[in-house]
Amino acid sequence: MAQTLLDKVWEAHTVRTLPSGQTQLLIGLHLIHEVTTPQAFDMLKDLKLKVRMPERTFGTLDHIIPTTSQVRPYADPMAEEMAEHMIRNTRDFGLPLFDLDSGRQGIVHVIGPELGLSQPGMTIACGDSHTSTHGAVGAIAFGIGTSQVRDVLATQCLAMAKPRLRQVRVDGALARGVTAKDVILAIIRQLGVKGGVGYAYEYAGPVVERMTMEERLTLCNMSIEGGARFGYVNPDQTTFDYLRGRPYAPAGDAFERAVTWWKSVATESGARYDDVAHVDGSAIEPVVTWGINPGMSVSVSERIPDPASAPESDRPTYREALAFMGFAPGQPIKGTKIDVAFVGSCTNGRLSDLRAAAEVAKGRKVAPGVRALIVPGSQQVAKAAEAEGLADVFTAAGFEWRRAGCSMCLGMNDDKLKGREVSASSSNRNFIGRQGSPTGRTLLMSPAMVAAAAIAGAVADVREVLR
Amino acid sequence: MSTDLRRRQVVGRGLPLPGNDIDTDRIIPARFLKAVTFAGLGEHAFEDARKVDPEHPFNQKAYQGASIMVVGQNFGCGSSREHAPQALLDWGIGALVGGSFGEIFFGNCTTNGMPCLTASPADLEWLQREVGRRPGEPLTVDVERREIRFAGRTITAAIPDGARNVLVDGSWNTTGVLLEAGGAIEATARRLPYVTGF
Repeated sequence: MAQTLLDKVWEAHTVRTLPSGQTQLLIGLHLIHEVTTPQAFDMLKDLKLKVRMPERTFGTLDHIIPTTSQVRPYADPMAEEMAEHMIRNTRDFGLPLFDLDSGRQGIVHVIGPELGLSQPGMTIACGDSHTSTHGAVGAIAFGIGTSQVRDVLATQCLAMAKPRLRQVRVDGALARGVTAKDVILAIIRQLGVKGGVGYAYEYAGPVVERMTMEERLTLCNMSIEGGARFGYVNPDQTTFDYLRGRPYAPAGDAFERAVTWWKSVATESGARYDDVAHVDGSAIEPVVTWGINPGMSVSVSERIPDPASAPESDRPTYREALAFMGFAPGQPIKGTKIDVAFVGSCTNGRLSDLRAAAEVAKGRKVAPGVRALIVPGSQQVAKAAEAEGLADVFTAAGFEWRRAGCSMCLGMNDDKLKGREVSASSSNRNFIGRQGSPTGRTLLMSPAMVAAAAIAGAVADVREVLR
Repeated sequence: MSTDLRRRQVVGRGLPLPGNDIDTDRIIPARFLKAVTFAGLGEHAFEDARKVDPEHPFNQKAYQGASIMVVGQNFGCGSSREHAPQALLDWGIGALVGGSFGEIFFGNCTTNGMPCLTASPADLEWLQREVGRRPGEPLTVDVERREIRFAGRTITAAIPDGARNVLVDGSWNTTGVLLEAGGAIEATARRLPYVTGF
């Protein structure tokens, strides 16, 4: 019987079936960062255990590090303590760490693919819900909690239940000004924020096949926002071309042998899915969220919906969202005033994202009163962006050019909203309080749309700006 | 401290927390993740929501000492932070009943011995209302039999087999169980082309 990538990767990594019925699943790549690991290392010490396969875990610093001055000790003593723990734990347990002086530090979901660590056919786990990002290279990648980080460190395995599989087919072709971010926001709007609970999403169809690797990374990144813990794209020539020559990718003859194996893990034609969903890619317009979860979105040309138009079970959340955001039903989203513009995060902090934002920013000025930040996803992204002049474009336009980190996606460093500020953000979550202010408000959109909003001082249609 | 890890049933007073899509950022805002231990997170559970709403269930006298939360749909969606279940545990919660749960949150609860059971929207509505009327009355979350008992009524509930089994037999602290595989772990790794250099 024809198998899916999920079937094949799951089978290849199954150590045994546990008495509970769950699978003991081997983890091929374990990525760690400073926020969700110190307790796991303490548990390991309590158990007097070593790291089972230290060569299969890689660490970085991303969530808490400042994006202004990164000279240690950090101004925030708690951030300093977390960094110190990460450095000490990785040293004591013999694990590689991409520290600030490595030239390779960055957001864990940016550096994994960028360094060629994330490869097709792997199982990849990390104590972060956006680990599904790595599924873009054709891996089964998923977020875990701290106790599970302990399990991977101690045993290189996890006790997991195999998810069901839904193919999400994006048909047609994307219109000009429509990006991978708009596609995933449209998918979440269509299938719902809990539509993917219990599922892995296999993204397919002509729109996905034509996407670059960086676009696929954006797409898979937000699977969890649709409830799906896993999201992947079958590996193809785009994947192989992307991986060739990367520091941790196989080299020489080994690369050719790897491609043969990578091809063999892709879903076979005729394979069965538990469900198939169709999304009309041609109908997608630039998307902006108006509410308090990533499913609450409209096209930039649409109006904020009336709760009465929503399914009855969603109405209380719609009303709560409108009250929190201070928006009225029927109000156009376009023209909504913003205070802050943020381009960055594991969703949209890659070179192509910065290029898209720079195309809009070039020769224009950030609107008076708008605080605009560009935070590259990694040191390598920063270096490349500086080399091709993007950083200069941004600073000339009045954007702040920062250093790599998670920054204002979740406000664990100094980059936070203040009070009820409204933020146009290329990140992944518009949850209440997400960007560091309990009353701050977030509008999610693509990097180009964020740049357009920064220039206009309000939500704008990037297609009109670039006309 | 009790060494019995089995969670056949959890009995305690209930706390209704209505609303859908309550994410883990709301359960524990990110600023409280800047700590190298989980200690003391309970006092910050729902901190921002409690400040805005004096009537938040966690603020109400009637629910102090409650140990079973009755929540809505998609509770615990979003971030993988184990700080969320840790904050609830530290506050005194021992089990949850809801419409559905964010998957990573559900896994984190299970691996900390905190059962999450699901029930139908109609039963949840009844349960939230009745627990609100009789906050002093104990509620039973029967993991083994997959049912909730309150005020003389028995509600059918659901929990996937794997989670139910580890909770009932007390093997939810997975490290020991995984270690039992021994050399089969390395043997599995050696069969993977990317481990052996292709």
